[in-house]
Amino acid sequence: MTDQAFDAAEFAGENLVCIRGERIVFADLSFSLGPGEALLLLGPNGSGKSSLLRMMAGLLRPSAGQLTWGGEPVADDPEAHGGRSRYIGHHDAIKPVLTVHENVAFWSRLWAGDGSRETVEKALDAFSIGHLLEVPGRWLSAGQKRRVNLSRLLAAPAPLWLLDEPTTALDRATVATVEHLLAEHRARGGMVVLSTHTDVSLPGAKVLQMDDFAVDPALSGLDAEMAVAEDEPWTEGVRP
Amino acid sequence: MSGFLAVVRRDLRLALRQGSDSMMVVTFFVLTVVLFPFGIGPEPGILERVAAGVLWVTALLASMLSLDRLFQTDYEDGSLDLITRSPQPLSVLVLGKVAAHWLTTGLPLLAAAPLLAVLLNMNADGFGVLVVAFALGTPTLSLIGAVGAALVLGARRGGVLLSLLVLPLYIPVLVFGVSAVDAAIMDLPFKAQLLILGGFLLGAAALCPWATAAALRQAVE
Amino acid sequence: MHRFANPNRFLKLANAILPWAAGLTVILTLAGLYYALVASPEDYQQGATVRIMYVHVPAAWMALFVYTAIAVASAVALIWKHPVSDLFAKASAPVGAAFTFIALVTGALWGKPMWGTWWVWDARLTSMLILFFLYLGHMALMNAFDDPQRGYKAAAVLALVGVVNVPIIKFSVDWWNTLHQPASVARMDGPAIDPAMLTPLFLMAFAFKAYYITVALLRMRGEIAEAKVRAISMSQVHG
Repeated sequence: MTDQAFDAAEFAGENLVCIRGERIVFADLSFSLGPGEALLLLGPNGSGKSSLLRMMAGLLRPSAGQLTWGGEPVADDPEAHGGRSRYIGHHDAIKPVLTVHENVAFWSRLWAGDGSRETVEKALDAFSIGHLLEVPGRWLSAGQKRRVNLSRLLAAPAPLWLLDEPTTALDRATVATVEHLLAEHRARGGMVVLSTHTDVSLPGAKVLQMDDFAVDPALSGLDAEMAVAEDEPWTEGVRP
Repeated sequence: MSGFLAVVRRDLRLALRQGSDSMMVVTFFVLTVVLFPFGIGPEPGILERVAAGVLWVTALLASMLSLDRLFQTDYEDGSLDLITRSPQPLSVLVLGKVAAHWLTTGLPLLAAAPLLAVLLNMNADGFGVLVVAFALGTPTLSLIGAVGAALVLGARRGGVLLSLLVLPLYIPVLVFGVSAVDAAIMDLPFKAQLLILGGFLLGAAALCPWATAAALRQAVE
Repeated sequence: MHRFANPNRFLKLANAILPWAAGLTVILTLAGLYYALVASPEDYQQGATVRIMYVHVPAAWMALFVYTAIAVASAVALIWKHPVSDLFAKASAPVGAAFTFIALVTGALWGKPMWGTWWVWDARLTSMLILFFLYLGHMALMNAFDDPQRGYKAAAVLALVGVVNVPIIKFSVDWWNTLHQPASVARMDGPAIDPAMLTPLFLMAFAFKAYYITVALLRMRGEIAEAKVRAISMSQVHG
C-alpha cells in the first residue's frame, strides 16, 4: 500500500460487442474512463454487467470492438493489462487449506512481486481482519472471505479496479470501509468500474445503463459473428 | 521466474496439506501392477517378459488419474480467472503448475517403479534404465496431460473425456519408454530410446505450456 | 424483418457449390465403381480381393486429408476467429472419423484372406486406429460443453495439438512395429501397381473428396439453421 499517485492513462472501450453462448449480450457499447473517475454499471440480471467487467479484465475477448489503455489496444499486451488492473469477481478464490496470509501473499507476489508480511498485514487491517492472518481459509465466513478477497486490491496496488458486485455478503460497516477505500483510490488517480445491486456511494461516477446496449433477442449470435468476421455493419436497427 | 516459483510453492503446499493425491496415485500404481500376476499367472518368465510394458502402461494410467484435479479446483473457486490475467506470462505459470504436479505424482511413481520391477521379476540390468526412462518420460506425461486437463474444464463427464483425449497422445512415450527398458534387459544399446524420450520432453516442455495456456484462456471466457 | 433474414455470403457460396459437388459425387462414384468392380483386372495373387483396395486406400487417404483440413480450419478459427471455420471443423470430424472407420474395416476384411487374420498390428493399421481415437476425442470434446463456442475452441486447440502429434505417433508406431514385426506377415505394398488399377483408384479418391465437400457443406448449412432456431427459442426465454 503506497500513498503515491498512479500514473494512469485513459481506459476506454469502443463499439464493444459481446456474444456469449450464441446470445448477443450487448452490442456497440463504448465508454471512457480517466484518472480518478469511476464507472457504475447498472442493469438487470443477464444484461451483461459481469460480461463487460470480464471483458475489461481481459478474460473475455470482445467479439468486435476494442479496449484501449492510453490509446494502445489492451489485447496487444495482456500481461501489462494484468499488471495495471485488479479484478474482483463472484468467486473469492480462497484456498481452504491455506492460511489467509498464504492466500493473500501468493497473489501479492504474483501480481506485484511483493508478498511481504507487512503488505499483507496492512491490507488485511484496512478491512479490520488483521487478526485472521493465520486462520485457514476453510474457517472463514462468507463475509470474511469477501473481505480477504478485497484486501488483495491493497496487497498489490494497481490503478484500475474492476469490481463485480464487491459488496455481496458484506455488512453495512464494511460497505462504508469499501466506499472510503474507493474514494481514496480515486483521489490517488485510480479508476474504478463497479457493478452492484446494493447502494454503494460513488460520488460523481459515470453511469452505464446496460439496457441501452441490448439487441433484439431473436438475433442468432452465429449470424452476428459471421457479420463481424466479414466486416459487415449489422448493429443498426437491431435494438428492441 | 518468481511467478513460476510462487506457483510451484503454492501447489506443493496445497498438495501437502490435502495430502491424498500422491498417496492415491502411488497406491493405484502398486495395486494395478499387483493385479497383473493374478491376471496372467505368476510364472517368473512371463512376468519378466512383460514387466517393462506393465510398469509403463500402469504408470500412464496412474499419472492420468490425478490430472483432472490439476486445474479443476482453481477453475471452480475463481483462482484460474486471476491466474490467467496475471502480469506474468501464463505459459510460465502453467509450467509451474505442471512442475508441481510432477513432483507430487511423477516423482512418487519414479520411486515406486524399481520396487514393483522387483515384484515382476524384472532383470536387474534394466533397473537403472527404468528409472532414467521414467525420469524422462513421466514429466512429458504431465505436460501433455496438462493440455487435456485444461481442455476439459467445464465439460460434461470431464474425467472420461480426458482419458480419451490424452491416452492416444501418450503412445510415443510408452513405445520408447518400454523399448529402452527392454533393450537394456536384452543387453542391446538403449541410448537412442533415451535420447528420443529426452527429445519428447524438450518438445513437450516447449509446446505444451503454450497450448495449455491457450486452452485455459478459453476455459475462463 | 431485419437483414439477418438474408442468407449471408457463406450461405450464398454454399448454395452455389452444393449441386455441383453433389452431382460430381454421384458421377465419380458410379464411374469409379464401374472401373473398380468391372473394368479393372484381377490381381494375379490376390484375385478379386484386390478390389477392396479401391475403397480402402482412398478412405485411408481421406482420413488423413480430413484431419489435416480440420487442423487448418482450427488454425484459421483460432487466429482469425471466422465462425465458418469452426463450423467446417465440426462438420468435418464425423466424416473423417467415418472414413477412418471404413479404412479400418476394409483393412480387416482385406487382412482375412491375405494374412489369415482379421487384425494384425501392422504399422499402418495401428496408426489408423490411433487416428480414429484422435477423431473420437475431437468429436467428444466438441460436444461436451453447453456453450457451443467453448466446444469449438477447445476442439480447435486439440486438433492442432493432435496434428503436431500425428507424425510423432506415426514415427513411434513404425519404430515399434519394426521391433515387433512378425516375419510371417506379408506387406501390403507389393510390386508396382498395374496402371489399369490406377484409374479406379483415383476416380474413387476424387469421388470421396466430392462426397466430403457435399456433406461438409450440408452439415454447415444445417448448423447455421440450427443456431437460428436456438436463437429464436432462446429469445422466448429471455423475452
